[in-house]
Amino acid sequence: MLIVMTVLTGLIYPLVITGIAQVVFPSQANGSLIDREGKPLAGGGAAAGSALIGQPFDAPQYFWGRPSATAPFPYHAGASTGSNWAVTNPSQTDAIKARVAKLRESGIPAGQPIPVDLVTASGSGLDPHISVAAARIQIARVASARGMSEQNVRRLVEQHIEARQFGIWGEPRVNVLRLNLALDAVRAESRLAAVGAP
Amino acid sequence: MSAWEWAQLALYFVVLLLLAKPLGAFMAAVYEGRIPGFVRFLAPVERGIYRVCGVRPEVEHNWKQYAIAMLMFHVVGFVFLYGLQRLQVYLPLNPANMAAVTPDCSFNTSVSFVTNTNWQGYGGETTMSYLTQMLGLTVQNFVSAAAGMAVLVALIRGFVRRQTNAIGNYWVDLTRSTLYILLPLSIVLALALVSQGVVQTFRPYQTATLLQPTSYQQPKLDAEGNPLKDGQGEPVMDTVAVSEQALAVGPAASQIAIKQLGTNGGGFFNVNSAHPFENSTPFSNFLECLAILLIPAALCYTFGVMVKDTRQGWALLAAMTVMCLGFLALCVHQEYHPDPQLAALGVMTTDGADMPGGNLEGKEVRFGVANSALWATTTTCASNGSVNSMHDSYMPVGGLVPMVLMQLGEVIYGGVGSGLYGMIVFVVITVFIGGLMVGRTPEYLGKKIEAHEMKMASIAVLAPCLAVLAGTAIAVMTAQVSASICNPLPHGFSQVLYAFSSAGNNNGSAFAGFGANNPTMNLLLGLAMLTGRFWVKIPVIALAGALAAKKHIPVSDGTLPTHTPLFVAMLIAVVLIVGALTFIPGLALGPIAEHVQLFAAK
Amino acid sequence: MMTTAHSKSRPLFDPPIVRRALLDSLIKLHPRHQVRNPVMFVVLVGAVLTLILFFQALGGHGEASPLFILAISLWLWFTLLFANFAEAMAEGRGKAQADTLRKARREIVAHKLAEPRRSAAIVPTPSTELHKGDCVLVEAGAFIPLDGEVIEGVASVDESAVTGESAPVIRESGGDRSAVTGGTRVLSDWLVIRITSNPGESFIDRMIGLVEGAKRQKTPNEIALNILLAGMTIIFLMAVATLLPFSLFTVTALGHGDVITITVLVALLVCLIPTTIGGLLSAIGIAGMDRMIQANVIAMSGRAVEAAGDVDTLLLDKTGTITLGNREATEFIAADGVRIEELADAAQLSSLADETPEGRSIVVLAKHKYGLRGRDIEKMHAHFVPFTAQTRMSGVDMSGTRIRKGAADAIQRFVEAEKGVFPPNLRSTIDSIAKKGETPLVVAQAANGGPARVLGAVRLKDIVKGGIRDRFAQLRTMGIKTIMITGDNPLTAASIAAEAGVDDFLAEATPEAKLKLIRENQAGGRLVAMCGDGTNDAPALAQADVAVAMNTGTQAAKEAGNMVDLDSNPTKLIEVVEIGKQLLITRGALTTFSIANDVSKYFAIIPAAFVTTYPALGALNIMGLATPQSAILSAVIFNALIIIALIPLALRGVKYRAARAQSLLSWNLFVYGVGGLLIPFVGIKLIDLLLVALRLA
Repeated sequence: MLIVMTVLTGLIYPLVITGIAQVVFPSQANGSLIDREGKPLAGGGAAAGSALIGQPFDAPQYFWGRPSATAPFPYHAGASTGSNWAVTNPSQTDAIKARVAKLRESGIPAGQPIPVDLVTASGSGLDPHISVAAARIQIARVASARGMSEQNVRRLVEQHIEARQFGIWGEPRVNVLRLNLALDAVRAESRLAAVGAP
Repeated sequence: MSAWEWAQLALYFVVLLLLAKPLGAFMAAVYEGRIPGFVRFLAPVERGIYRVCGVRPEVEHNWKQYAIAMLMFHVVGFVFLYGLQRLQVYLPLNPANMAAVTPDCSFNTSVSFVTNTNWQGYGGETTMSYLTQMLGLTVQNFVSAAAGMAVLVALIRGFVRRQTNAIGNYWVDLTRSTLYILLPLSIVLALALVSQGVVQTFRPYQTATLLQPTSYQQPKLDAEGNPLKDGQGEPVMDTVAVSEQALAVGPAASQIAIKQLGTNGGGFFNVNSAHPFENSTPFSNFLECLAILLIPAALCYTFGVMVKDTRQGWALLAAMTVMCLGFLALCVHQEYHPDPQLAALGVMTTDGADMPGGNLEGKEVRFGVANSALWATTTTCASNGSVNSMHDSYMPVGGLVPMVLMQLGEVIYGGVGSGLYGMIVFVVITVFIGGLMVGRTPEYLGKKIEAHEMKMASIAVLAPCLAVLAGTAIAVMTAQVSASICNPLPHGFSQVLYAFSSAGNNNGSAFAGFGANNPTMNLLLGLAMLTGRFWVKIPVIALAGALAAKKHIPVSDGTLPTHTPLFVAMLIAVVLIVGALTFIPGLALGPIAEHVQLFAAK
Repeated sequence: MMTTAHSKSRPLFDPPIVRRALLDSLIKLHPRHQVRNPVMFVVLVGAVLTLILFFQALGGHGEASPLFILAISLWLWFTLLFANFAEAMAEGRGKAQADTLRKARREIVAHKLAEPRRSAAIVPTPSTELHKGDCVLVEAGAFIPLDGEVIEGVASVDESAVTGESAPVIRESGGDRSAVTGGTRVLSDWLVIRITSNPGESFIDRMIGLVEGAKRQKTPNEIALNILLAGMTIIFLMAVATLLPFSLFTVTALGHGDVITITVLVALLVCLIPTTIGGLLSAIGIAGMDRMIQANVIAMSGRAVEAAGDVDTLLLDKTGTITLGNREATEFIAADGVRIEELADAAQLSSLADETPEGRSIVVLAKHKYGLRGRDIEKMHAHFVPFTAQTRMSGVDMSGTRIRKGAADAIQRFVEAEKGVFPPNLRSTIDSIAKKGETPLVVAQAANGGPARVLGAVRLKDIVKGGIRDRFAQLRTMGIKTIMITGDNPLTAASIAAEAGVDDFLAEATPEAKLKLIRENQAGGRLVAMCGDGTNDAPALAQADVAVAMNTGTQAAKEAGNMVDLDSNPTKLIEVVEIGKQLLITRGALTTFSIANDVSKYFAIIPAAFVTTYPALGALNIMGLATPQSAILSAVIFNALIIIALIPLALRGVKYRAARAQSLLSWNLFVYGVGGLLIPFVGIKLIDLLLVALRLA
């Protein structure tokens, strides 16, 4: 009985699902990889990342994602993990203090409260999203680092707000990798524009 | 918490309860041998399975034969799974070249999946080959769930049948559960998940170029692999540059579908359904969360149909739903009210239109607090154990909710089959006390509850409690414990208590910071899982046998009605008092102490 | 008859019983006795353990102050004593009853007969040397030595020693009144009795055994409840035992605070395990049997009392239970051309000398309705013709006129023999009476050789007892089905059944039909109760689940039944069922109460136990108990005192009212569940205040 069940549920079932998935949803089934333009990666070529997996950012010209607890470096997508620190753990309090300090250093004025998602590690350590508020609060820094107008950056952020799915599920949010790719694309465009203008 | 979150939670329960009736009726038909038309094309497969395995479907078992068949099946499954893990290095479909799993971890994992616990002491993407995940873990996801459903059906037959020894054929119940119920639902769910971005591939791990390369420090090692020290005795650090991101993928969707539907919970990846490849979007989250409670809730209706009084099924479902909603409300409330100290640090925790707010440590932005708390509640109501957020980082009482839900014996919806039979055991106890109060020898569904039934019910309630309490007690006395806990007390104690609550009640979720992958904890937790599963299952099968042999007593006005709101209220009280009172002292030293300390300090 | 039951009932706390119970509760501390009750055995172990800890503390190595340990220990001993006292009280009432019975079992010298007839030679033999099958002669004034059967003679017997009923009863050979009980006294005439029991096995001996509870065995439901309580005890034992490692670990890891003491653990354990129901469980069972005895019913086993609560079908004899045993005349119906007064007059004349209840009722009816006074039959030179099985008529002959009354066919034969005609019109009237389930009597007159004339008919009716209909309605709400058993024809039976409000009836009942009915009901999963007295009832009594034999009944009936009603009152069956239900309800209510109590005890003990480890846990001390020690002590004291407080309830039983299961449950759940949740909060707080006031804490 076990052998029959193994064949049925352990071989036939996953193979059938894989078969259908690879045909019907090839991009999703293989990790929703995207290229530098944020489009699904077709065929070969180097992936800029996965639309579903965050990447580590700490340079001022990029929007920063959520803190990640993966080891040995943040957003290590081969070993997902959360911090598993209790809210009463002093390490947790210290970590939050350090993150707040770093954000303040980056230019967020002392009076302005920092959205909680920017100072708390995600469950997977790979969270690709931040809240809309967390994106907005970084606009000034990114704009100044890139020499762009705040308005342009803001427009980009607003364009990248993902609404609740089907109008109901989840939370409004911003995909950090996609936003940063878009930022880089703007720069590339403007450079092209600058070259082609004369 | 905005109206949006309320709406999401309400929608969840509405859809769940709407689906309970059709699915429940379908399952009742399957178990009564009236295979519905739209799955009848599978009947030749069913007959083929019996022929290949030499099963004579018309021959029914008495309770001992049924129990032995169940045990034998699990022993063989255990041996197979253990072997597979130990030998995976020599077997195909191992693109990431995973080494053989250690003996203690293999033991723990085999027990864990055979008992439908799916506790994971290991990280999926760093330990198991694709072959092990498929042939070993996915298979047990199906059959351990099917075994739970089989035992439930046997127990229901105990109530329905009169003066007979036969409680059904284990192999038939197992096959039908898998073939007609779990497999079709899993196929539908798996494909829906893939559409949302859950991976399903045999390709090796993918790589992506990091947009912003990063670096990290690691200790420099000498030739023997020991860390080098500098003059001051500090380790010498190397800076390692990282420019690529390795993306762990694999045949995940097929496993995740059954892990949710079969209340297994063992994730493909370490962080389970918090991982974006395992639970990509809010909609996939809704589907997965729905799948946790879908079959357990529908089985209540199946029960009602099979005992020919659907009110009985609705009553149990009502009791479960009321308790679930109560605990959910508590959990949600706690998670929306994080450590007040955060505000002093200049952190904004109130939720608004542009941010989810609340205690977001260990939670994903796409789910927010409400969907995370919903998952934490449902996954521990059911003996699922999958997570979409890290329970370890919940507020003290927010984390107490899943812990208590497990300690209640996983009967609020509970595992597929196991939840309802566990609830029926509580019903037996409730009926006993309630029946006395109306002045009759207690009876449930026309069957008298006498000494033998009380004995079996008591063992079934006792065993998980013993596993949890004794396991925790032994664990905290071992030298290993201080290395396993990663948080200071009282939360560190909560981690141990949570681990054993989870293992003893076959849940599988964890305060994941608890380092359980060491020989001591692997062994202790493995034993707790075995106790919690089989010392409930076997008495329940015995109960089925004893009930089937009894006469049926007609209902009269003197009979305690078991479908009324009053009975539902009493059942809830018994579940809470008998189930939870046992753990209050332990909880007082864990989450309760943590809570009062956290809020007393302010 | 019910007055005897009341005359026997004692006050709840009868001083002699209390005195004996106090002593008994000390004797019952013996481990051999305690081990039968797992819950209380755990308390005993705890009490011994704390006592040892106290002596250790006296030696200066204690884990807490000796006074505190002693206080806890003492209250644990009190808990045990209180539980023992409850049981002893319950037994004491039975024992007092047994003493009365024992007085009846005196040793006497019996007149043993050499042969089973009165004229045989008499051999004086002590009653202790009599054996089964011996025959004895008992004359007026003498005691009947042992249980037996009358084989010759008729006598009035005083059975008050057994039944408490002072009016003498008639005992005679043959029939259903032949059984006599040892220890009763013949008042008039004489009896030849064949002994049916050996010394020490007589009815009185068995009764003594039963009421004393000497050989009391646990009943099935009690065993099941015990298993549940033992299971809970094990769970709480584990919860408390594992608390020590938990506390040890916590204190070691934190580096401050005190490890929880064994004394506190024992206190917590005793408070959590269901001592209230555990301590009162056997008392409830004994008291249940005792209540049966007070209702003048001797149950042969506790199992029978329990089963009575489960009964869902009652078989009731029509006569004596549902109806007043006798039919009454309710109407005269004259034949065509006959004046009604003439009919009434003739009917009265024919019945003047008729001493049967029916006859008397005809006289009464004629007097009331038509003002006809009874006349002196002697002065009228009338001659009374009694009823015989052959003629099936009775009547009166006087100065050539013959008046007869009887069943229609018998009168028809009489009239036709006297050249009269039976009027066809009357025939239809008679049939319609019979169809209504009533009995028609026809009156005819034959004067001076002329043709006989039918005067008309008298309607005789079964009179249903007052209030019985309500009683059956009550039974129906309790979920109990009533079946009337009668020898009447189906028509009569149906009509009476409808009037009395029974659910079903068995007409033209034979012993075989009764047995079959019981078996059918049992096959459908029902529990059947019945009462009976005759030898031919014995098979049905043996088959029924609850079988109440009438004390006036035959020995065979008494042996087949599992209860004996000393009042021989068939209506008692209903009371028996209620007592059975009350017994189960009392158990359920106290179990609920006991479990619900635990919630508040946690609030008292948990903060107190861990306050040195986590001072913040003091926030859980919602009762505001003075000190950790007073909190723990108050909980333990409450736990002990509640047993005492509930003894009257355990002995008297929870008040039972006939109601649907649903409303019974909601009421009992409210009183004992919600009450059990709240009362200890108040109780523990009060005790704590008292301890503070007395400076004990």
